[in-house]
Amino acid sequence: MSFYANLIARTPKFDFVGKRIPAFFLTAALIIGTFVSIATKGFNFGIDFAGGILVEVQKVEGPADMAHMRDVLGNLGLGEVSLQQFGESGRDVMVRVQKQDGDEKAQMAALAKVKETLGGGYEYRRVEIVGPKVGDELKRDGALAVGLSVLAIAAYVWFRFEWQFGVGALIATFHDVILTFGFFSLTGMEFNLTSVAAILTIAGYSINDTVVIYDRVRENLRKYKTLSLSELLNQSVNETLARTFLTVATVFLTVIALLLLGGEVLHGFAASLLWGLVVGTFSSMYVAIPVLIYFNLRVGKEREEEEAASQAAP
Amino acid sequence: MLQFPKWKIALVLLVALWGGVWATPNLLSRDTTDRMPSWWQPVSLGLDLQGGSYLLLEVDTAYVKREHLSAMVETLRATLRKEKVRYSELGISGLDSVKVRISDEAERERVRAELRKLDPEAQFEAGEGGLFTFTYPTPVMAKRINQAVDQSIGIVRRRVDELGTREPSIQRQGVDRIIVQLPGVKNPEHIKSLLGKTAKLTFHLVDDTTTPDEAVRGRVPSGSMLLPSVEQERGLPSHYVVKKRVEVGGDMLTDAQPTFRDGRPVVSFRFSVAGGKRFADTTSAASGKLLAIVLDDKVISAPRINEPILGGAGEISGSFSVQGAQDLALLLRAGALPAPLVVLEERTVGPDLGADSIQAGAVASGVGLLLVVVFMVVIYGTLGALANVALVLNLVILLALMSVLGATLTLPGIAGIVLTMGMAVDANVLIYERMREEQRSGRSIISTIQVSFERAFGTILDANLTTLAAAALLFQFGSGPVRGFAVTLSLGLLTSMFTAIMVTRLMVATWVRLRRPKTLPL
Repeated sequence: MSFYANLIARTPKFDFVGKRIPAFFLTAALIIGTFVSIATKGFNFGIDFAGGILVEVQKVEGPADMAHMRDVLGNLGLGEVSLQQFGESGRDVMVRVQKQDGDEKAQMAALAKVKETLGGGYEYRRVEIVGPKVGDELKRDGALAVGLSVLAIAAYVWFRFEWQFGVGALIATFHDVILTFGFFSLTGMEFNLTSVAAILTIAGYSINDTVVIYDRVRENLRKYKTLSLSELLNQSVNETLARTFLTVATVFLTVIALLLLGGEVLHGFAASLLWGLVVGTFSSMYVAIPVLIYFNLRVGKEREEEEAASQAAP
Repeated sequence: MLQFPKWKIALVLLVALWGGVWATPNLLSRDTTDRMPSWWQPVSLGLDLQGGSYLLLEVDTAYVKREHLSAMVETLRATLRKEKVRYSELGISGLDSVKVRISDEAERERVRAELRKLDPEAQFEAGEGGLFTFTYPTPVMAKRINQAVDQSIGIVRRRVDELGTREPSIQRQGVDRIIVQLPGVKNPEHIKSLLGKTAKLTFHLVDDTTTPDEAVRGRVPSGSMLLPSVEQERGLPSHYVVKKRVEVGGDMLTDAQPTFRDGRPVVSFRFSVAGGKRFADTTSAASGKLLAIVLDDKVISAPRINEPILGGAGEISGSFSVQGAQDLALLLRAGALPAPLVVLEERTVGPDLGADSIQAGAVASGVGLLLVVVFMVVIYGTLGALANVALVLNLVILLALMSVLGATLTLPGIAGIVLTMGMAVDANVLIYERMREEQRSGRSIISTIQVSFERAFGTILDANLTTLAAAALLFQFGSGPVRGFAVTLSLGLLTSMFTAIMVTRLMVATWVRLRRPKTLPL
């Protein structure tokens, strides 16, 4: 017997469905919190969406003189210039310059100014310029990708299961997406193209989780004709609980590896995935499942079956 | 159930072998792979990993339209003058038409048929009081814009190629955009400045009936124009008044090279046969006059024509630096852009950061893999080890598939691979958990394995297809590196379904057949 078998020798009997009211309040509070945060704090849009200039420089010799850099770059009249030192040696500095008024050429001119001012003592490790036109397009594409994938996911589940499952998946995925937006807004973490990838990954992961439980619900609906719906839902979640735990664990391990070792660029991505892992798992058990009760899953299904039976009879 | 059909075993082994062969180049050093055939190469790396510059350019389509309409105005002017017709209000009207008024009815009727034939693609309309309009329908304009963009791509390619960058990629995106990817380019400022120049070269005679000072005050003779000098050098005029008529254009050049004359950098050029003849005619007829050399509406210099130039070759001197002369020669060789280009987006990653990212990605992947492998063995023992074999095979096939499909690996793509490892073993977990349940309900070992794989299959399929839907949309709407993430995640999901279901099943069955355990160790 393996270590794990000893740990979980029997199917657990947690009452998930019974806790749906407190769970609902928790969810509602988080969602309201998200909307409040978005309304008051908004997002810290990266240059992908806001447009502007990002320059990552490394001082060729010795640590970067932040005060001096702040001074000379701040006096260029380019609007808000933010500097952020990172890395262990103190040589790396991320310079962000806000979007310049005017067209694309204004952005290029601003970059030239920054480079000229900093001079030769720096190695340019990364330079990104996004003009206003592209920023707007990326915003639109990002919103489309998120919206359409939520719909595509729901449509697929609807197609493979009953309609109630489709609605459940829609609500659960929506829940995850909203709360991840909330995470970005509340933490003030930079929201960029990679964040959109993170949101879609979270949606994909969460639905993966939800579908596994739904699959079990569907199977149990056929197997246990007399069990009450809430008992049946509880049993389904419990039966798949071991799998849920193990899969969360393996994905968690890989995301931790990304978070700690993947470098500066992937840091925000990994952090939001970690949050998404929690939210996605929670929503599969506490959002996607209780929703089925409110949509009369069993009644609907039995009626359909009765109708089918009466039509089949001579 | 423990006996597999021979073809299935053969298929799994073949795929494993294929994956091994195609994934191998990824483990070799770059020096080694450079010497290997083109079909046996590692996954191509995105610019964020290998370092390089990405530029998104847009062709100024409004300029193309305007240029096109102006050309029509000039054609009309020339025709009406030739026919000695009095006209007024000649000019561009709105965004897509040209108008002219011919008040005299007799003259109007005389040239009507000829005007109609000037541009068969334009809609010709005769309005009140002799007002003629030529309107270009949207499809005609779209066609011309399309041609201009195609032409621009060709010229961008020639300019970039002339600079000798390694494996540049130049692609069209949408209607009026061009993506330029320049691997290994650290500082694209020079390339950007070259691409930002239209480089339209023309030769005009200087109008000696007036002076630049007079023209600056607003008195420019019709048929002439006031142009600034490229560089305001002391002792040289800051402006020139030149005839609008183009004597010879840069499109008639066949070659241009930077060289030196009296120790100063100059650009020598050679005309085509037709161009050479026109140049000879101009210089013969206008001996003693000044010939302005105009680049992008600025006068480079205006030397005096001392004698007819009959050889079809000449030199442009100006206040050039060595680099300036080289750049001008390059631009003239590559040809003029039909319209200005605007850089909408630039992303440049230095080679050091790229190398650091590869390093970080490799370490994160390695550690992630190790963590998952240890976890699976701790949880499932022998069966976990079998799942690990499937996982490693999954990574091998994924790498091979990416190499063969020519997919690009980006930093987010590496994140996709790391994430795939976590999600790939999910299929194994689903199967094994099912086995645990089925075994507990009292099934025999063989029946347990069979039922578990069959039942888990539907779940795995549904779960993965929904994730795939999200990844596909990310690919559709994502750009650059994020697309790389969608690619690795999708391919990883597909390969994991093969390895987790088919390969694991084969291994579990083989293991049971060889060891004959009483129960599955779950």
